[in-house]
Amino acid sequence: MTAEPKEPLFSKKNMKLMKDPLIDNNPVAVQVLGICSALAVTAQLKPSVIMAVSVTVVIMFSNLIISMLRNFIPNSIRIIVELTIIATLVILVDQILKAYAFEMSKQLSVFVGLIITNCIVMGRAEAFAMGNKPWPSMLDGIGSGFGYGIIIIIVGAIREVTGAGTIWGKEIIPDFLINLGYVNNGLMVLPPGAFVIIGLLVWLQREITKKYEAH
Amino acid sequence: MKFLDDIIHNKIKPHFDKGGKLEQFYYAFEAGESFHFVTDKRTDTGAHVRDHVDLKRMMVTVILALVPCFLIGTWNVGVQQLSAAGVASPGLVESFIQGLGKVLPLMLTVYATGGTIEAIFACIRKHEINEGFLVSGFLITLVMPPTLPLWQAAMGTAFGVFIGKEVFGGTGMNILNPALTARAFCFFAFAQQMSGDKVWVAPNENLVLNGVQLGESKALLMHEAVSMATPLGNAAKTGAENLPSTMEMFLGTIPGSIGETSVLACLIGAAILIISGVGSYRTMLGTIIGGAAVTILFNVLFDKGTVEAPILGVNWIQHLFLGGFAFGLVFMCTDPVSSAATNTGKWIFGILTGILAMTIRCVNPAYPEGMMLAVLFMNVFAPLIDHYVVGASVKRRLARG
Repeated sequence: MTAEPKEPLFSKKNMKLMKDPLIDNNPVAVQVLGICSALAVTAQLKPSVIMAVSVTVVIMFSNLIISMLRNFIPNSIRIIVELTIIATLVILVDQILKAYAFEMSKQLSVFVGLIITNCIVMGRAEAFAMGNKPWPSMLDGIGSGFGYGIIIIIVGAIREVTGAGTIWGKEIIPDFLINLGYVNNGLMVLPPGAFVIIGLLVWLQREITKKYEAH
Repeated sequence: MKFLDDIIHNKIKPHFDKGGKLEQFYYAFEAGESFHFVTDKRTDTGAHVRDHVDLKRMMVTVILALVPCFLIGTWNVGVQQLSAAGVASPGLVESFIQGLGKVLPLMLTVYATGGTIEAIFACIRKHEINEGFLVSGFLITLVMPPTLPLWQAAMGTAFGVFIGKEVFGGTGMNILNPALTARAFCFFAFAQQMSGDKVWVAPNENLVLNGVQLGESKALLMHEAVSMATPLGNAAKTGAENLPSTMEMFLGTIPGSIGETSVLACLIGAAILIISGVGSYRTMLGTIIGGAAVTILFNVLFDKGTVEAPILGVNWIQHLFLGGFAFGLVFMCTDPVSSAATNTGKWIFGILTGILAMTIRCVNPAYPEGMMLAVLFMNVFAPLIDHYVVGASVKRRLARG
């Protein structure tokens, strides 16, 4: 057996795993995954941030654990094993939220549980963790989580400011505007508002990366 | 004229031509030029069809068809205002001028906002600014309630032109009707001002009544006093009882969005569109058939006592006259870009729109009017309808051998 050359922990290749999903290959904007929760929890900034953190934690550990077990998981039942691992992690996150941030947990309600079915988590496990070593898998998980998080945090911030006139629960619309007849934009509170913003973000992302689909 | 022509073509134009200082604004210049003068631009390659009915002609025809709606609508806005202020029988001119005071600022806002966005996109995308927006802007004004705050109208227009049209590639490429997109945006974003179950009579604070100017506070008071429901909002609650007479609905002397109230004006518009061939009678008839069928069904069920919601008991003819149904079916369903393009497709599109509009109006208590949502919904399906109509036609021809 020949020893493989040891790769530094933060080699260029590994950092690319983490940076790529942020903009170039964003899971929401490019792969269009995880849209469901991106619409559902982003009416305000705070739940968006909590959701972003939860998803990142889940992807990170699910990638790590699945990658560690990848040589022991029988191929024919791999999906169910992956799901079990992801579900365990999600339940952990859910319980922690219930214990330490009960209000938030109530607000996010079913969507924390639905992280199990989030395509990004499953997709990274299938596409990356099953074929790569634990450390790169974990970095990939963190990257994907951040890529998802950055989008929903931006969407959450925009929707909260325009829809409710607050940011992180604080009023920010100056009084004189309200006296002039300003009213909050009700569309932004509804899920279609998130669709519009995500659409615009996808456009912005394409403008930055200059990668367009041929059509 | 020769003198002006000389200045524009020889002195100003070179700046905008290729290599000129203001090259990137060429299309903004071109829009103004071709609107006022005959352009000296010539097609220099390939064969091309020369026809009098070009995009400009088509759009102008639609605008002509919209004029009756605009005139009667504006007059009606004035009538509603004056009668809310207690004037017994407001005069024709007086009402019109009063209404113009509300409608004109709205229209200017819509054109200014939409025109700016259109011009920016034209310069970036390097396409011509065309008459499409003249129609969209006119339509947007007519589907808005006269009481809508101007900044909200501007936001709605911006959304309609930007998201509804420009992101898809501009005139002729849009999936949804831009005017209705603008209205839908305002409807959901500013539900309080747009929902359609509160009255849309605009008391004018500058109104002079018996020699005394109506102040802002008094106008507000009056607004509270007349804050009754629109006919549609009424129908949803109490059914046929409190409805205006069919004649009033036909002429359009009822509260509502600016252009939608008068069935008569819509009929004139429909005649112009059908005769000139711009709008399709298939779509219009289909919509009427669909809408009538559903409401007749509801009428029958209501008479039998199977259903109890009061709006279901409103006579189907009145249903066709109420709200934005007539306006929508004449001017929105027939939009050549966003509705179905094949002849059979137009029938299907129309019938389904009619059915949907009446179903939303009668069955869903959250939305007093269903026409806007129905048309937008069917816009999404229009390409699908065409796809299958064309597919079926191809199959039939193949089978014929």
